Amino acid sequence: MNTTNILLTLLLLIGFSYVIGRKRSLALAKPNAPSKGNNLHSLPSYYGYLVAIWCGIPAIAILLLWNVFSTPIANSLVTNSLPAEIQSQAPEQIGLFINRIHSAVNQGNIQELTDPVQKQAAEHYQHILNISKMAKTVLVLVIALLGIYLGLRMIKPELRARNKVEKFATFMMASCASIAILTTVGIVFSVLFESIRFFHDVSIIDFLFGTHWSPQTALRADQVGSSGSFGFIPLLTGTLLISAIALLVAVPLGLMSAIYLSEYASKTVRNIVKPALEVLAGIPTVVYGFFAALTVAPFVRDAGAALGLNVASESALAAGVVMGIMIIPFMSSLSDDVINAVPQSMRDGSYGMGATQSETIKQVIIPAALPGIVGAFLLAASRAIGETMIVVMAAGMSANLTMNPLEAVTTVTVQIVALLTGDQEFDSTKTLAAFALGLTLFLMTLVLNVIALHIVRKYREQYD
Amino acid sequence: MTNLTPPATSATTEKVKLGLQKRYSREKRFRWYGIISIVVSLFFLIVLLADITYKALPAFTHHYIQLDIDFNAEKLGISAQSTPEQLRRADYSILVNDALIKQFPNVTGRQEKRALKNIVSSNAPYRLQAMVLENPSLLGTKQAIWFLSNDDSDIYYKDGNERLKPYETQWLDTLKAEGRVDNRFNSTLFTNGDSREPEQAGILSALVGSFFTIALTLSLSFPIGLAAAIYLEEFSPKNNFWVDLIEVNINNLAAVPSIVFGLLGLAVFIQFFGVPRSTPLVGSLVLTLITLPTIIIASRAAIKSVPPSIREAALGLGASKVQTVFHHVVPLAMPGVLTGTIIGMAHALGETAPLLMIGMVAFIIDVPSNLTDPAAVLPVQIYLWADSPERAFVAKTSAAILILLVFLVCMNLLAVILRKRFERRW
Repeated sequence: MNTTNILLTLLLLIGFSYVIGRKRSLALAKPNAPSKGNNLHSLPSYYGYLVAIWCGIPAIAILLLWNVFSTPIANSLVTNSLPAEIQSQAPEQIGLFINRIHSAVNQGNIQELTDPVQKQAAEHYQHILNISKMAKTVLVLVIALLGIYLGLRMIKPELRARNKVEKFATFMMASCASIAILTTVGIVFSVLFESIRFFHDVSIIDFLFGTHWSPQTALRADQVGSSGSFGFIPLLTGTLLISAIALLVAVPLGLMSAIYLSEYASKTVRNIVKPALEVLAGIPTVVYGFFAALTVAPFVRDAGAALGLNVASESALAAGVVMGIMIIPFMSSLSDDVINAVPQSMRDGSYGMGATQSETIKQVIIPAALPGIVGAFLLAASRAIGETMIVVMAAGMSANLTMNPLEAVTTVTVQIVALLTGDQEFDSTKTLAAFALGLTLFLMTLVLNVIALHIVRKYREQYD
Repeated sequence: MTNLTPPATSATTEKVKLGLQKRYSREKRFRWYGIISIVVSLFFLIVLLADITYKALPAFTHHYIQLDIDFNAEKLGISAQSTPEQLRRADYSILVNDALIKQFPNVTGRQEKRALKNIVSSNAPYRLQAMVLENPSLLGTKQAIWFLSNDDSDIYYKDGNERLKPYETQWLDTLKAEGRVDNRFNSTLFTNGDSREPEQAGILSALVGSFFTIALTLSLSFPIGLAAAIYLEEFSPKNNFWVDLIEVNINNLAAVPSIVFGLLGLAVFIQFFGVPRSTPLVGSLVLTLITLPTIIIASRAAIKSVPPSIREAALGLGASKVQTVFHHVVPLAMPGVLTGTIIGMAHALGETAPLLMIGMVAFIIDVPSNLTDPAAVLPVQIYLWADSPERAFVAKTSAAILILLVFLVCMNLLAVILRKRFERRW
């Protein structure tokens, strides 16, 4: 049976175990005095849940572990059975060999393999896979049935089934919440380990302060520039340039929209305009990228040509403006929240002193909301730095060290995508460089986020 | 009655009065800044939507060309009695070429003959093959059959095509004058997978891939997110180091760029756990991690808004803490939780960058049939088409975007309706 069928069978078994667990508890129960119920500690359904847990959880755990570890174990078994001359080759060669066998087995054309060694290995692999599948099915189902048996034996009227089930439920909920920690740990370790391997090849000083980025490594060792150079500075300036353009568009527009909507607009206008602005936030970034590459970039280029300027067709300006449009609703809804949090009494005080509405906004509300607005600005900046699709589709690929918005620049995210898409082996310096870039991106956005969240939280405490 | 004399105008009042005009005009200007920024923002939205709709419209129709096909069994080297295998092996492109030559008998020269072949789409012979396989009695008959036109011909009919040579446009004009050209609804867009030929490319495989991915993402992230939210809101001990750590983590993860999650998927799921690349399985694992913070934050807000009196009433009647939460609090919080989940799913449906990292950029023609088949998803398909040089792909890309936006609008409307209908104010 394949995994899906095993899972379906398991689900049926779990349902069945609930039913018989419940029945069993009722059968064991003795009625107390008339119309006073029975002597069960918990409701019958809790005994059912308990048996279902005993049936399902160990079996699902085994199934998961088996699926995760069966492929590496099968690989090592096949590798060990290979002839000595193949085993003595470099690890990459063996990996290639194993991959060929994998694809042959997966596509079901073992017979088309010409090399007898490969064919034999493929047959061996297929054999191991078949055994593994059988063993998995049998083991999982036996464990499930064993669980039902043990669960049923536990049932006694005095068993505190509800407490056990509730304890289990709480434990499961706590584990679900811990996934957040696991995710962060996973992110940190995955980018950190690969980055450390990258920094074995390229010194960290060259990476952080190098001004030349060209990751193309030569095919032959004697070619010019065969090492490739990994200087991070041009990517950083490119990222900052595009983000700065985006923030120049988004911050004034977003902030003024928020001020107008929360201070001036009537309720009807607010109810129409606010959702309309939020539509901008719901549009996928790939759509903005398409818009930037096919509409805005040609428009900017033509407009520049009309003014006698030489604008690159992948100019930072086009990508930045479109990214700014994307961030407007983000900026406006965050600022809207903080402006609304300013107490009405402060406005009334200002009006009472004879200030006009705009004077109140400029001299009372914005200073009071400033920490929140700064927080919103930092979050918007972190989003601009991490934005990927718009720059992948509309910004350039070559790393120019320039601050001219009319030229093409590249960003950290563009280079990560460029280094990791396309066919290449996993361990080359190029792919490892992508992880080093990922680490710097993660750290940059993390710092911005932590500062922003800290400012926002601190500010909130003042008025609550 | 006292004698009311106007107060003596002090120097300050005088100053205020003088400045009043200036202050009012400043007030007016400030208000206009607000209006202008809203108008500009909405203008961007309208331009974006109008631009994409305008570009997408041509993709929903396609021109078909009618050719008189002579199913000449001898030329194909088969007969009505041939086995299906023989029928399949025959070279049907001869029939298409013959029909075209008959239509334009005075075409000479190799280059022009090759150009003539390209008037209809390259799948024309396969169409004939399928027709003959289905009904071998067609052999020996003559039929007028509508063929998908090539993308260049289609663009020419729609709004002119400067890439075509004068003789090619002349053929196309002749066909049109003879009534052999028809503009029909482009069903290929919805029934085909990806293709290198723009006229044969469709979004079906991407739609199915997106469906699998989102369905699995939903079935993972909804229970996990809800359970985490319930724990953090109702059961977690206060002032506990781990609980604080979890909260800080969730807030930070919500703001981590999605491409970093793609790197996590590549290094952990694909490299470490050996989950197959480019599949809905690994895609939805990554998307689950991306959407979890959104769902947890929304669910916590919904659970928090259930008033404590509900909990106290249940506890007072002897329900346990778990029973109180699951029987009373969670059902009341459900509309808010579902709204958050739908918004998270809409986000996942449009997410592209992390999926590029885990190899979902492969060129996939086949419709995936399960979670471990290589698949494309709709936004990645849009990215791939947007990168294609053929002009016809611009319209296809816009059409795919429009379809994606329709799905997103539907999901968001559902969320709004849910909120409006079931949300209770306590």
